[in-house]
Amino acid sequence: MNIVVAIKHIPSIADDLPVKGNNVDFDSVDFVLNEFDEQSIEQAVLVKEAVGGTVTVVGVDMIGELDAVLHLALAKGADKAVKITGDDPAADSHQQAKWLAEAIKGMSADIVFAGVQASNDLDGQIGPMIAAHLDMPYIGGVSSVEVAGDSAMVNKEFAGGVGAKYSVSLPMVVGVQAASKPPRYAPISKVRQVAQTATIEKIAPSGEAGAGLTFKKMAPPVVTGHAEMFTGSSKEVAAKIVELLKSKGLA
Amino acid sequence: MSNDIFVITEHMDEKFSDVSFEMVGKAKELASALGGQAVAVALGSGLSANGFASDSTIYVDGANLAQFNPEAYGKVIEALVKEKSPRLVMFGWTATGMDLAAWLSARLGKPCAAYVKNIGADLTMTCQIYGGKMSADVSPDGDMAIAAVLAGSFPVEAGQGSTAATQIESPVALDGLKIKFVEAIKPAAGDVDITAQTKLVSIGRGIGSKDNVELAEELAKKLGATVSSSRPVVDAGWMPRTRQVGKSGLKVKPKLYLMLGISGAPEHLEGMKGAELIIAINTDKKAPIFNVAHYGSTADLFEVAEAMLELL
Repeated sequence: MNIVVAIKHIPSIADDLPVKGNNVDFDSVDFVLNEFDEQSIEQAVLVKEAVGGTVTVVGVDMIGELDAVLHLALAKGADKAVKITGDDPAADSHQQAKWLAEAIKGMSADIVFAGVQASNDLDGQIGPMIAAHLDMPYIGGVSSVEVAGDSAMVNKEFAGGVGAKYSVSLPMVVGVQAASKPPRYAPISKVRQVAQTATIEKIAPSGEAGAGLTFKKMAPPVVTGHAEMFTGSSKEVAAKIVELLKSKGLA
Repeated sequence: MSNDIFVITEHMDEKFSDVSFEMVGKAKELASALGGQAVAVALGSGLSANGFASDSTIYVDGANLAQFNPEAYGKVIEALVKEKSPRLVMFGWTATGMDLAAWLSARLGKPCAAYVKNIGADLTMTCQIYGGKMSADVSPDGDMAIAAVLAGSFPVEAGQGSTAATQIESPVALDGLKIKFVEAIKPAAGDVDITAQTKLVSIGRGIGSKDNVELAEELAKKLGATVSSSRPVVDAGWMPRTRQVGKSGLKVKPKLYLMLGISGAPEHLEGMKGAELIIAINTDKKAPIFNVAHYGSTADLFEVAEAMLELL
């Protein structure tokens, strides 16, 4: 079974996002793996462990720092790593999906996994767009995948624990919400070892696509209200909260 | 080409979701500014779709459309959009709309904006991205665009009405589908119902590890509250899915929502913004949650929780 995971390297939202012109100043931010891709890599490895095959992780190298992400994926059980030498930190989901689809075309994929969404999916997610380019069915919001023969049984989540089970003929593209088990931990020693021995295949980007959106403005959201902030030491803050709760009969 | 605004509505158990009505209300406003019609589009089987305030409603009835099926729904919507050429197609940025909006965009080669919070009369879309930390105004090129709209962005009432739907059969053949609906999955029973609790202590990624959940449990016990959480905590396996608040979890409206280490992404806010008293503790002073919470602090959540335990 050829299992492919398409990942996104995205600006970290742990810190402030500086703005340059009408977009984020990509030179001044750290890039991290999309959090849903951690789930997606785990689900891919779980499928491989259940039915056999190889897991290939592929992503666009946005800022020349994708190797570390790919090494981590390999340490977690992926077999092959491929990077598309994009070198355009502003490449949108449409462009990345096109490059990824072109790269995946040559991989005879039975299943393509992608994270269900990313925080910078301004123009939509790569999963459904890769499916459209490859003419494969797409189902997202998925929290488990079981492959049997040439089809897979997937659970899709709606909300509040309500979901549905679908049977899908392969090949398909799956948007992973959560893997059926929490993502495994890869020890640093293993990641280091992988980093020393692994080869990462490089592919030149192929195909043009764009979001068709003109940026007019990028800024922190205009807010109408703000929390009244409790300041002081942690003990003082705790005392203020407890006092507030008592005054409202909540403690 | 027309100036019509299509709204792809969504339903579960024969009930249309709030976001469907919200979008129809907005579509009416946009259609009236652009000189087109607000068209609600519903797909189902044996469904009544006569409750929208749209200028017209197209109801596509078919056995394969009874439950949401991204492949079948995608084919029908693509055919309708190609035939009618609306100016804008609106989806919810929801479990169903998220399967379709970007797919349709790539199929048709038309622009798509996601995380949409507002749409101007010139179709400028305001999108809340980067976990709610940034707001982008973008304008779609060309004569047709797709918007995937965050639930809770517009009033529900504006989209409620009594327009009689025009029922049609699927404009495309729906045999040989690769995706088949098998069965519905009901919520796991047995755990506490967080939607019925008056006080919730809700934990996010900031709780750091499964071992630290105990501290939140202790604090909740002292307050007579229940512990709930954001999605990443559930995905990490630290809390059961029954405790998840937000878009893919449950919507709660407690008297107290005490948040420990939750940043407040739009998906989480969707599930809790109606709480009566929201107190947020998060070390990131720019976390979007502080725009929604009534009270907040950037103190260390562990120190605050420990100190509260001593005081209670």
